[in-house]
Amino acid sequence: MPPDLAVQVAGLGKKYRIGALQDRSRMLVEVLSEATLWPVRAARSLLGRQRTRSELTTSIIWALRDVSFEVERGEVMGIIGPNGAGKSTLLKVLTRITHPDEGYARIRGRVGSLLEVGTGFHAELTGRENIYLNGAILGMHRHEIDRKFDEIVAFSGVERFIDTPVKRYSSGMYLRLAFSVAAHLETDILLVDEVLAVGDAEFQKKCLGKMSRVAHEGRTVLFVGHNMAAVQHLCQSAIWLERGRVRQHGPVEDVIRAYLSALDAESPDTRFPLMNPQYGVGFADCRVHLVGGSNGEARTLRVELGVLAEQDTPRIGIGLGLITETGAVVTTLDAKITNFIFDMQKGVNRFVLEVPEIERYLAAGEYMVQVWLTLPELTRLIELDRAGLILLHGRDMFGTGRVPEVHRHGPLILPLEVRRAERAAH
Amino acid sequence: MTRFSLRTLRTKNSSAERVLLIEPVHGWVPLNLREMWAYRELLYFLIWRDIKVRYKQTLLGAAWAIIQPLFTMVIFSIFFGGLAKIPSDDIPYPIFSYTGLLPWTFFATALTNASRSLVRDANLLKRVYFPRLVIPLAGVVGALPDFFLAFLILLGMMVYYGLYPTAISLLWLFPLLLLGMLAALGIGLWLSALYVRYRDVGYIVPFLIQSWMYLTPVAYPSSLLDEPWRTLYGLNPMAGVVEGFRWALLHKGQAPGPMTAVSALTTILLLISGLYFFRRMEHIFADVV
Repeated sequence: MPPDLAVQVAGLGKKYRIGALQDRSRMLVEVLSEATLWPVRAARSLLGRQRTRSELTTSIIWALRDVSFEVERGEVMGIIGPNGAGKSTLLKVLTRITHPDEGYARIRGRVGSLLEVGTGFHAELTGRENIYLNGAILGMHRHEIDRKFDEIVAFSGVERFIDTPVKRYSSGMYLRLAFSVAAHLETDILLVDEVLAVGDAEFQKKCLGKMSRVAHEGRTVLFVGHNMAAVQHLCQSAIWLERGRVRQHGPVEDVIRAYLSALDAESPDTRFPLMNPQYGVGFADCRVHLVGGSNGEARTLRVELGVLAEQDTPRIGIGLGLITETGAVVTTLDAKITNFIFDMQKGVNRFVLEVPEIERYLAAGEYMVQVWLTLPELTRLIELDRAGLILLHGRDMFGTGRVPEVHRHGPLILPLEVRRAERAAH
Repeated sequence: MTRFSLRTLRTKNSSAERVLLIEPVHGWVPLNLREMWAYRELLYFLIWRDIKVRYKQTLLGAAWAIIQPLFTMVIFSIFFGGLAKIPSDDIPYPIFSYTGLLPWTFFATALTNASRSLVRDANLLKRVYFPRLVIPLAGVVGALPDFFLAFLILLGMMVYYGLYPTAISLLWLFPLLLLGMLAALGIGLWLSALYVRYRDVGYIVPFLIQSWMYLTPVAYPSSLLDEPWRTLYGLNPMAGVVEGFRWALLHKGQAPGPMTAVSALTTILLLISGLYFFRRMEHIFADVV
């Protein structure tokens, strides 16, 4: 294995038997009674190799199939994909919790995994005792825990309660302490599931900040992310898993873009053509892009829309809206104020909607584009409330090196100026 | 099908850095006891956790270690010693049975803890890697504090009855205790691995232990049996341990001999087979538990 690689995975596969659910309740007495009929078969069954009736009725699911990738030392790689794609299974195989059925993986260096916080925490033990227990379970040596003890307690914010049994903690305190221990793991390679960053907004910020620092310390990190903005922010490369297979692997931007556009293409409302039956108008297709930005300038939002009319229909308004990830309305640009009202001809009418340099005005983050058709008096005929998801980079408006983010600063970037007021004349 | 196993390769470049190879696992897996040494601190913490939790939880916590054998001794003394008049090698029945109950209770507790250990710590199995051997081992070692407490009571009883052991015979207690631990571990490894897969093992174990006690010379002396049955009796590893304890403490009965040797042999076989079986099943624990 080349010395600059931290992780090398080739053809990794892991399968599960679905019928195993019935198999799980298999009784030892059943196995033993089979022994009186088929001694050899029962012995093999005990040793884990089943050739039993139940195996014929089970179906096999490949949680991972033919997964291959490489991670360099110091690289931060994101693992994205829909639920059930195999992300957690991949982490489990890499942390040796479960074994692959095919292929292999090579790992150089110590591995620390944060698949869930608070593993091994016991309610009856105090916070202090749990720090030691949990630390030991995660693989830290006692002297290491001694050294970092104060830091861990400080990060968690439960100093006052450190000697009370954990069963008296609020769930927030519990999670903060648990995450704090895990966050102080000092291994060469870290496998993290983003679901760990729990708690209130304040603490989440802390967690992401810590993860970001870890990423920049030169450690190799594999990060299972669900929030694309976080993945983009923390990772250099990414791998997209779907149904156990690698769909795409490469620089984080490219992979995320591909993933997001696949999301809109597959999103449930886009069963085109989407029509309003009463008025006979609707959408034939809709594509949402961000274009430009090749020189780092603000990109433009571009929506290519096909409006389908069953016959010539005059005065149909087109509206565009933007909402944040949390559903907060950023803007609702209705035909009534914009006056984008058109006469539709029978068939497909092609339109282009553009917001030039949209990144100039909006903070970094995910936004959902919405498009709708209305009558001129505002009555909505048909809407696409999930026309497309866009990920904006924001811009360093104030030259401070920091980009406003929608979750922290709101969606709008206003050109604020602050300067000393001139002395008033006496 | 070719046989693979989990291997650790050392690169030539750096001594500190090892390249770990993760591959499919088939068939028998090497014991890799060296890895256990690397995780000795975890073993310590798991034992510490079990003991701390047990003693924090109930007021009786510490007392239970004593109540159990003491109470059983009283019942036995009344029914077996008093009413049924079972012979006891010329030793007063209460202390006769207590010296048997002492190692037996340790064995029963250790075995019960070990067999349930993997399922009890299922969440650890599913989330973190460490050699799984640590868990049942912690279960067995965790039964020692209770043993020591019950032992103190025994010392009290011996003073009361005026029976004093010799120093040499006391030394025998250590290897005998070790034998009991290894027997509990060996069987515990088999049972814990089976329990993960087959849940009815959880019902079998209490029944098994109950019956086993009657197959062990706790309530009666092994002198009830003639040779060669007595030596064969040693196939029950605890037979050798219990008789040995009785001899070491009270200087009555037979010194460790052929029966104890047979017990030791059985224990070694159980332990080695248990280790290999456990390691072979280990890779499915996280999937099946």
